[in-house]
Amino acid sequence: MARNNTTSADYRSSKIKSKIAWAIAIFFACIMLVLTLTPFFFMIMNSFRKQFDMLQQGVFHLPHPWYFDNYINVVKNGFFGYFLRSVIVVGISLVLMLIISAFAAYPLSRMNFKLNPLIYATIVAMMSVPMHVTLIPIFKLTTAIGFYDSLKALIGPYVAFALPMSVFILTAFMKTIPKEIEESAEIDGCNRYQNFFKIILPLSKSGLSTLAIYNGVAMWNEFAFANTLLITPAKKTLPLALGQFKGEHSLDIPIILAVLTLSVLPMIILFIVFQDKLVKGMMAGAVKG
Amino acid sequence: MKKNNNMGLAQAKAKSTAIAATVFLFPALLLIGIFIVYPVIDTFVISGYKWNGISADKVFVGLENWKTLLHDEMFWKSFKHNLIVMVFSIVLQIPLGMLLATFLDAGGKKFNFFKIIWFLPYLMSSVAIAFLFVYALATNGGMVSSFASIIQGKKVTIDLLGTAPNALYTVIGVMAWQFTPFYMVYFIAGYGNIDTTIYEAAIIDGATRWQYIKNIAIPLLGPIFKTACIMSLIGSLKYFDMIWNMTQGGPAGTTELMATYMYKLSFQQFSMGYGSTVAAGMFILITAIALIFNKVFKVKEVY
Repeated sequence: MARNNTTSADYRSSKIKSKIAWAIAIFFACIMLVLTLTPFFFMIMNSFRKQFDMLQQGVFHLPHPWYFDNYINVVKNGFFGYFLRSVIVVGISLVLMLIISAFAAYPLSRMNFKLNPLIYATIVAMMSVPMHVTLIPIFKLTTAIGFYDSLKALIGPYVAFALPMSVFILTAFMKTIPKEIEESAEIDGCNRYQNFFKIILPLSKSGLSTLAIYNGVAMWNEFAFANTLLITPAKKTLPLALGQFKGEHSLDIPIILAVLTLSVLPMIILFIVFQDKLVKGMMAGAVKG
Repeated sequence: MKKNNNMGLAQAKAKSTAIAATVFLFPALLLIGIFIVYPVIDTFVISGYKWNGISADKVFVGLENWKTLLHDEMFWKSFKHNLIVMVFSIVLQIPLGMLLATFLDAGGKKFNFFKIIWFLPYLMSSVAIAFLFVYALATNGGMVSSFASIIQGKKVTIDLLGTAPNALYTVIGVMAWQFTPFYMVYFIAGYGNIDTTIYEAAIIDGATRWQYIKNIAIPLLGPIFKTACIMSLIGSLKYFDMIWNMTQGGPAGTTELMATYMYKLSFQQFSMGYGSTVAAGMFILITAIALIFNKVFKVKEVY
């Protein structure tokens, strides 16, 4: 009897303890929530203010009146040009990168040839080369072949730097496709090239889509190559738009916050629509080590 | 005769495999060769010259640039800043990410709201974050100064990015804001990979949630923890985009990193010869540190 009592007292006290622990945890979780959201709140609220209202009204107040001209100005001053150029560069680079990495992963995952381990190891080792080390030679190369200051200049570096990790992931992915499928296709008269296009490529779709998200986001945000290889405002991509607008409206903070909001918006919309897929895709880089 | 025929077939098969492999691998190897391998080699070659990047007159100076690098205070200061950033990234982002993941793992689906909000900063590009925080931390009309002014009831200016000791730590804080969500999701995946039967067995044996986390889950997350460290380590050593857009290494070089220093030398001062030397030095240091870390902590090959 006595023993029972203590157990239930223990039980009750541990339950209270756990409740207190949860309360503390949730308290800190809410602090993290505020820390995460305040900069976004600051960005969006102030993008709807007139230039001087920001100081007069105080940055935490709701805008009064809500001022939409910042967005209209940003759009009028070529925002969609930057956006469109980014879409073009990322689109072309991504398609090329996916095809080329699938090409490379196919023999590495499914063919026996002498140089296979060496080539695979070399490509994988390229994952750890920091792009900054290549910046000057690529600038030199781009100037030499006359690609400097054009969107073409970005495609080569974007594709090449996305390849090592993509080949690495796709090779692992293609290894999981059973060999029997190919063998039976071979009996039906398919050669290697037909095998690749008719069997392996379609079966690699989920691996390819993860890579498309990861590299798409990385290319969309890429700054250092773009900043080095493009100089004319009418040729710059979205990550450079911020610097460009800042140069032209250095004192008009709300208008730059409007550019910021617009440039973040596509990612947030994608996140809301494809939450899990996007998170999974963006984490693909975690294998990079 | 029949045996010979078979040999011929096997050889023909090996040959056709070799041809197919070459065809499939060619584009990837070509691009990697042009845009990664050749540039790395060329960086070392250019490091032997005095060159402004534009004019044709390149003067070979041998190891002169490397001698300068060894005694270049700014370079070693930048490297030191990289190391400080590295230590704080590992100390702040990874434990915090792990803590948030632990909270979300224990809470289950009902905390999804927290997860979604906490992930948001990672959706922003480094460039966008840099611009946002330049304004959010400005002395006039910035978040922090305005907040302090409201609290104290008078105008207060807190200069986080413009003064020397603050700037580097502010930058480190902003990096934590940006990358903690990455490690959070990374550890959520890690928790997800732990077999649920382990948790069930622990609970049946009378373990509390906390005991489970402390004695079972965290030890099981060990390998993931190491991989997270090496990611953070390499990431901090080549950090560039955000600093370049936020402080450009200032004030007075107190947030200068190796990559920003290299960029400044090469593309603002146009001394590309020496810039290449800095880039090559950076390459050597990063590779060495990553190798040492791998050796010391015996990170299992993730490749």
